[in-house]
Amino acid sequence: MVKKITSWLSVGIISAAALVGCNSQPSGTQEPSQQSAAESEEVDPRGQILALSCASCHGTDGKSVGIIPGFHGKSASYLKAALMEFKNDERYSTVMGRHAKGYTDEEIVLIAEYFGSLSQQNSK
Amino acid sequence: MSQKFTRRDFSKLVMAGAAGSTLSLFGGAKPLFANQKHVVVVGGGFGGASAAKYIKKLDSSIAVTLVEPLTTYYTCPFSNWVLGGLKEMKDIAQTYDVLKNTHGVEVIHDTATEIDAANHSVTLKGGKVLKYDRLVVSPGIDFDYDAIEGYSEEVANTVMPHAYKAGPQTELLAKQLQEMKDGDNVIICPPGNPFRCPPGPYERASLVANYLKKNKPNSKVIILDTKEKFSKQGLFTKGWERLYGDLIEWRAGSAGGKIVSVDPANMTVQTANGPVKGGVINVIPPQKVGKIALDAGLTNESGWCPVNPITFESTIHPGIHVIGDASIAGAMPKSGFAASSQGKVTAASIVRLMQGMVPAPPSLVNTCYSLVGPGYGISVAAVYKLTSDGIVSIKGAGGLTPMDADDDQLSEEATYARGWYNNIAQDIWG
Repeated sequence: MVKKITSWLSVGIISAAALVGCNSQPSGTQEPSQQSAAESEEVDPRGQILALSCASCHGTDGKSVGIIPGFHGKSASYLKAALMEFKNDERYSTVMGRHAKGYTDEEIVLIAEYFGSLSQQNSK
Repeated sequence: MSQKFTRRDFSKLVMAGAAGSTLSLFGGAKPLFANQKHVVVVGGGFGGASAAKYIKKLDSSIAVTLVEPLTTYYTCPFSNWVLGGLKEMKDIAQTYDVLKNTHGVEVIHDTATEIDAANHSVTLKGGKVLKYDRLVVSPGIDFDYDAIEGYSEEVANTVMPHAYKAGPQTELLAKQLQEMKDGDNVIICPPGNPFRCPPGPYERASLVANYLKKNKPNSKVIILDTKEKFSKQGLFTKGWERLYGDLIEWRAGSAGGKIVSVDPANMTVQTANGPVKGGVINVIPPQKVGKIALDAGLTNESGWCPVNPITFESTIHPGIHVIGDASIAGAMPKSGFAASSQGKVTAASIVRLMQGMVPAPPSLVNTCYSLVGPGYGISVAAVYKLTSDGIVSIKGAGGLTPMDADDDQLSEEATYARGWYNNIAQDIWG
């Protein structure tokens, strides 16, 4: 899989990473530049960190144990559409509209892709 | 409006974090095994338990040790529901069994007494010394008992509970409310800013009023506030009028609310406008950083802990991350939700640093539900981002339940408040 090098990962930051050095992740690949390309790197790391917030209300990985709707297993396209509707007040909510407005359209895609990829991993 | 936060700004902050990590990796700490990295987490509340669980979840090869004195942790969120008779203590009890048995976190029930930042070690009350590559400190708050004349830890434990750390204090206040004579008043004295859970005292007043209305109809709640305004004030005030009429009276600091001393023997509090007598007096003292953070020199002149906003690594001691109520986290309130959000961001940052990768820009959230009545919920939410001004809440997002929300929405919010508790507890301790 081709790794997405996104704009936030600037040259200056890569040198910072090199400083840190050590890697404890068991890795099948010999190539140092891909050594850290574990599962989490397959999608933009921003997706994960944006998505971690969702679990506090919707359950870990979107698996709800309470009355708030869970969304584990939903596709990226479904989640993107739902979040965009919340953001644009096209879908009724108590608090989701207020949350969705806090994310750019790009961030919404990243969140949707992150949870979409979790669902795919689980269905393998 | 805040300035644009450039990639250059971000890399500067990351470089600061990376310098710390270099120290922590090569600074003399001895991991458990040659290649295994070790994170110690001090404090098993919303912040610390979230960090411990998510480090293991994101990279199970990292050894995580959680130090927490309590074997059963009672959450402050929902403890007001216990006071109001809507929940029992067992409903707000969390344990560490799942973190231990399912997620592989080593849990030590002991108290951290000393942090040696230079040697990367933590000493426990029981004598054990833990070495770490990175340390997460999530100690919450301590109370400044001396700030109010006549008040003390002993008074809190016997006559005038604060009930602002859940557990025996919650049980004491609940018992006092049950035993109080009909016709006596409940006095609630919230502290000045900053304090944990800004809407907490006002949700408490609401649920106590709900209890009094049914059980002691001749009693009232009087809030003696040191402040001039409070969290979700408009929504609370409207809800109080609708549900309880004049059963709750709020006095601002300038209107005789500010208390100057307490007299436990006579069950009175002294204000600028004279003494106020109560059947139950709930004094919530001013708050300060948890002791271990102060002792470890992690605080600045504000009394709280300055941190790098990407990694929550201390700007004073590299290799130590401070999260939750103890940290200075820009616009974020001191809340359980915020602490958990910070715990997860910190976990993700630590994992990436330990894997030799750059931490992702942080994304932080807070959502805070309060009950005005059993079927009447209100909320405030915020999404935060990093700018050159630090962590700020994103304009146009978040905010309060609308003032004109209809009964259906208020009822839904009350239902979602319960759902929120179930999921966040599961996300942290489950």
